[in-house]
Amino acid sequence: MKPLTQVNPPARLALGISFFIVFFLVWAAATLGGFVSKTFLADPITMVRSGYDLLVNQGFMNDIGMTVWRVLGGFALAAVLAVPLGVLMGAYKPVEAFFEPFVSFARYLPASAFIPLLILWAGIGEAQKLAVIFIGSFFQVVLMIAVSVGNTRRDLVEAAYTLGAGDRGIVTRVLLPSSAPEIAETLRMVLGWAWTYVIVAELIGASSGIGHMITDSQALLATDQIIFGIIVIGLIGLVTDFAFKAFNRKLFPWAQLGR
Amino acid sequence: MSILEIKGVSKTFPGANGGTVALQATDLSVQENDFITILGPSGCGKSTLLRMVAGLDAPTAGTIELDGRPVSGPGADRGMVFQSYTLFPWLTVLQNVCFGLREKGMREADQQALARQFIAKVGLEGFESHFPKQLSGGMQQRTALARALANNPRILLMDEPFGALDHQTRELMQELLESIWEAERKTVLFVTHDIDEAIFMANRVVVMTARPGRIKCDLPVPIGHPRHYSVKTKPVFSDLKARLTEEIRIEVQRAGGLLVAAA
Repeated sequence: MKPLTQVNPPARLALGISFFIVFFLVWAAATLGGFVSKTFLADPITMVRSGYDLLVNQGFMNDIGMTVWRVLGGFALAAVLAVPLGVLMGAYKPVEAFFEPFVSFARYLPASAFIPLLILWAGIGEAQKLAVIFIGSFFQVVLMIAVSVGNTRRDLVEAAYTLGAGDRGIVTRVLLPSSAPEIAETLRMVLGWAWTYVIVAELIGASSGIGHMITDSQALLATDQIIFGIIVIGLIGLVTDFAFKAFNRKLFPWAQLGR
Repeated sequence: MSILEIKGVSKTFPGANGGTVALQATDLSVQENDFITILGPSGCGKSTLLRMVAGLDAPTAGTIELDGRPVSGPGADRGMVFQSYTLFPWLTVLQNVCFGLREKGMREADQQALARQFIAKVGLEGFESHFPKQLSGGMQQRTALARALANNPRILLMDEPFGALDHQTRELMQELLESIWEAERKTVLFVTHDIDEAIFMANRVVVMTARPGRIKCDLPVPIGHPRHYSVKTKPVFSDLKARLTEEIRIEVQRAGGLLVAAA
C-alpha cells in the first residue's frame, strides 16, 4: 500500500461491505458460540426475527415514520431560519458582531439537557420533539454557514466589484453561489446530528417513535429489539446521507471539478 | 486627451512605526488610447497604484480622477484583470462574460450575443459552456480578458495578468492582447515586472523605484503598430530593453539591500 493512492471504485465497495460482514461474523460467533449471555446481547438471527415481528405485527413502521417526520420537521424548521441568519452574519460584519457571541455560547448548550424544560413548556407532544431538534441544529448551522460565507475568496468579490456589482449583487451573485456547496454540506452534516437528538428526545416522554420502542424494549430486556432499532436508525442515516450527497453533487457540478 | 489623472497619490499601510509607505506621492496622466505598462520590482507599489485606480484601495493622500470625476470606489468604468484566476467557478465561460452585462440590466439575449463576440475575440469559441476549472490557466485569463472587455470600460486595468502563466503561453497572450488592442484601441494600464512584456505591449513604459515606490522614469516606446513578435529581436527593442534592464537592476539591488550607497 502506498500512502494517499486511490483505490478503484469496485475495490472500494468490496472493502466497505466486507467490514460489515466481518462485524456480523464476530457478533454471530460471540453470541451463537455462547461466549456472551443472551440476556446481554441477542444473536443476529433472533435480532432479524424479532425485527420482522416488530415491522409486521407491532406497527414499527409507524414508529419509524414518526421519527423520520420529527427529524425532518425539526431540521427543516432550523434550516429555514438558520441559513438566512448565517448568510447575513457571514456577509455583514456588524450583524455577525451582534449575534456571534451569543450563538457561540448557545451552540454548547446540550440539546438533551433542555428536554425537562421543554416538557414543562411544550408538553410531551410533537412540539417538544421538534424543539429539541431545533435547538440542537439551529446554532450549529448558523455558525458554520456564517464561517463559509465569510471565507468567500476576496479576489472574486473584488472582481465582481470591478464588473459593476453593487453590495446587494455581491451578496446574491458572489457570496451565496460561492458558498452554496458548503452550505449544503453543512446541512448534510447537521442532519446526521439531528438523528441523535431525536432518539434522545424519544427516550423521554414519548408514546411513539424508534426511541420509544427502544425504551419499551429495555423494560422487557429485549436486546434483540433494541439492536434492531439501532440498526434501523443507522440504515436510515446512511441512506439519507447518500441521498443528500448525490443531491449536492447534482446541484453543484462545478464544485466537484478538479478534486 | 487625458482620461485618467493621478495627482499626488500616496499609500501608507498602517502598522508599527507609522506604518509602511507603499507608494510615495505619484503623478501620472493617461491619455485616451494609451497603452501604459508600469514596470517595477516586486513590492514597489505598482499593484497598489493599480488597485487604487480600480477603487479597491483608497489612497492615503492625493486624488485620482477618471474623465474629471474623482474615483471613490470600484465601478464598471474601470475593468480589471487580476493575476490570480478570478473567474467565478460556479459560472460557465459564457455566464462569466455576461456577469457585468447582467449587472447593467442588459436583456439576456443581448448579453449572450455580446459575450459570444468577445469570447470569439479571445479565441474561445466552443468553450462557452465549460466551467473555469475545465480550462487551462491561459484560457482562464483569456476569459477574464473577454469578461472585462465585454463590459466596455473606459480604461482596462491589468495587474500582472499573465504572471502565473508559463513563458510560451505568456508570449501568445501578449500577442493576443496586442492584436485586440490594435483593433479596439482601448486605454490600458498594465502592471508587470517582465521587461520584454512591458516594451512589447506599451506605448509608454513607466518605471518605478523599489519600496517605497515612486515613478523613476516615463519612456515612450518608439515602435509602431501593428507589432509582430519578431520586433523583440530588432535593435530599437533591444536598446530600450538594455536601458530598462539597467534601471530595474538598480532598483532590485536596492530592494534586496545589495546596494549600500543608494543613488
